[in-house]
Amino acid sequence: MSTIIPIGPYHPLLEEPELFRLHVEGERIVGIDARLGYNHRGIERLAQDKTYDQVLFLVERVCGICSTSHPIAFCNAVESLAGIQIPERAAYIRTIVAELERLHSHMLWLGLAGHYIGYHTLWMWAWRYREPVLNLFELISGNRQSYAMMKIGGVRQDIADDAVPAIRKTVDELEPKLEMLLGAAMDDPVIAARLKGIGTISREDAVRYCLVGPTARSVGIDIDIRCDAPYAAYGWLDFNVITRPEGDVLAVTVVRILEMLESAKIIRQCLQRMPKGPVAVEVPEIPPGEGIGVEEAPRGECFHYVRSDGGNMPVRVKIRAPSFVNVPSFKARTVGATISDAVIILASVDPCYSCTERMIALDQATGHGPLDSTDLVALSQEKTARIMRELGRSEEDFLRRAGI
Amino acid sequence: MSEATKGLIEQVKEALGGKAAEFQLESPSRLYVAVAREDAREAVEGLFRNLGARLVTISSVDTRPGIELLYHLAFDRAGLVCTVRTIVPGPSPEIESITPAIPGAEWVEREIHELMGVDFLNHPNLASLILADDWPEGSYPLRRSDG
Repeated sequence: MSTIIPIGPYHPLLEEPELFRLHVEGERIVGIDARLGYNHRGIERLAQDKTYDQVLFLVERVCGICSTSHPIAFCNAVESLAGIQIPERAAYIRTIVAELERLHSHMLWLGLAGHYIGYHTLWMWAWRYREPVLNLFELISGNRQSYAMMKIGGVRQDIADDAVPAIRKTVDELEPKLEMLLGAAMDDPVIAARLKGIGTISREDAVRYCLVGPTARSVGIDIDIRCDAPYAAYGWLDFNVITRPEGDVLAVTVVRILEMLESAKIIRQCLQRMPKGPVAVEVPEIPPGEGIGVEEAPRGECFHYVRSDGGNMPVRVKIRAPSFVNVPSFKARTVGATISDAVIILASVDPCYSCTERMIALDQATGHGPLDSTDLVALSQEKTARIMRELGRSEEDFLRRAGI
Repeated sequence: MSEATKGLIEQVKEALGGKAAEFQLESPSRLYVAVAREDAREAVEGLFRNLGARLVTISSVDTRPGIELLYHLAFDRAGLVCTVRTIVPGPSPEIESITPAIPGAEWVEREIHELMGVDFLNHPNLASLILADDWPEGSYPLRRSDG
């Protein structure tokens, strides 16, 4: 007879509303289901009553973290529908903004992952390293989040010449820090004990659940839209698609850190090659037809389908965010794990609920009150503390190795 | 278009056999195939199972003849998105679920069931996914007539 432990619906892991119900026998998880909907804002329906230019601002608000991925996917869809070619400089600017977004998004995740396993200083430092990237967004667009940089036919703002040295400096300074963090994470026996072999998904399950992004790449599936169907400037750039074969939480951590190093490479190439010139083209009337736009967001493929009847508002905008396919794989990942590992497993896909709703009802009848973030994170942190005691290690050993 | 993509498109044609009523290459990376509602499940599962396509999602559009379903399948290596299109006529549209064969379709079929009112036969769990628990039954936010 299993017991049901509800997690949520408010504020359990990542600072967003979702509800998981863990079915447990003793400490073992034997089943999980999820209830979404707390963030459903009807964006697809709203998009039908807005002009193409307005929809761009709307889709930017699908998600606060990948706030440039949805606009790029939407632009790609409309531009393919209307046969619009964007200027070369605009393609480079889109790429720079998208890669800066990947940097800040992966760093945000790394910090949270540190927090969940009780590496508080790692958490602080990862976010400290993230801060200069947000400052760059402010420098480029005027905003730290929701940059409103994209427009159909190009970008809304140019990157000023005097911003280029600042971007280069930030990227150059970030890179050695990331390398040290990676080295420290790979060598640390406590991190290995917490992440290695935890939340493992098989390649077969990854295919069955249609996973995307770092979640798919951490189990050896080398899909990356930037490389498979290049948009913006990716077709002209040199970068690697990072994969790991293991499919566990450690693999996805390593994939994300290595991807940040690739992002740094990409940004540097863009700054070097970006030509002078216009940043947008005149947009004709959008003809009747349909278009598909894809973009490799930090969490994976972001997909937009747009249907036009020739009017100034789309007939239909269908949005598929990466978390919508990555989150259901929790079923395959958590069953068999212990409650203290639930937090880090549920966090491993870097779920984004605002995106997805675009999750299950709290059944008070089942007894147990909901575990809140404090309870679950505490369970996870206690496990790390126990392992530290057993191994005679401390977070300080990690920090020394990471040069902090 | 590369030779590899051409070859792949031939393979798609072959895999769909006589099912494809209409075959339309919008661009070198976008292929649209229309099939009858009765053939949709087999067509999609065939591309997924035999040709290794990844199910991206299913789009739904309320059109005059019925609810149009678009199964988007990605052939990542070739950068090709193949969309299998079918029309499910109302007033109570229904089609066979692909979730038993492709678990990755579970949520999107639930979503379409809620927002468009399409019944997916043999779906393991068609419970509501994103609308509030007290949302009135029979009201579908993405249907033209309701919205």
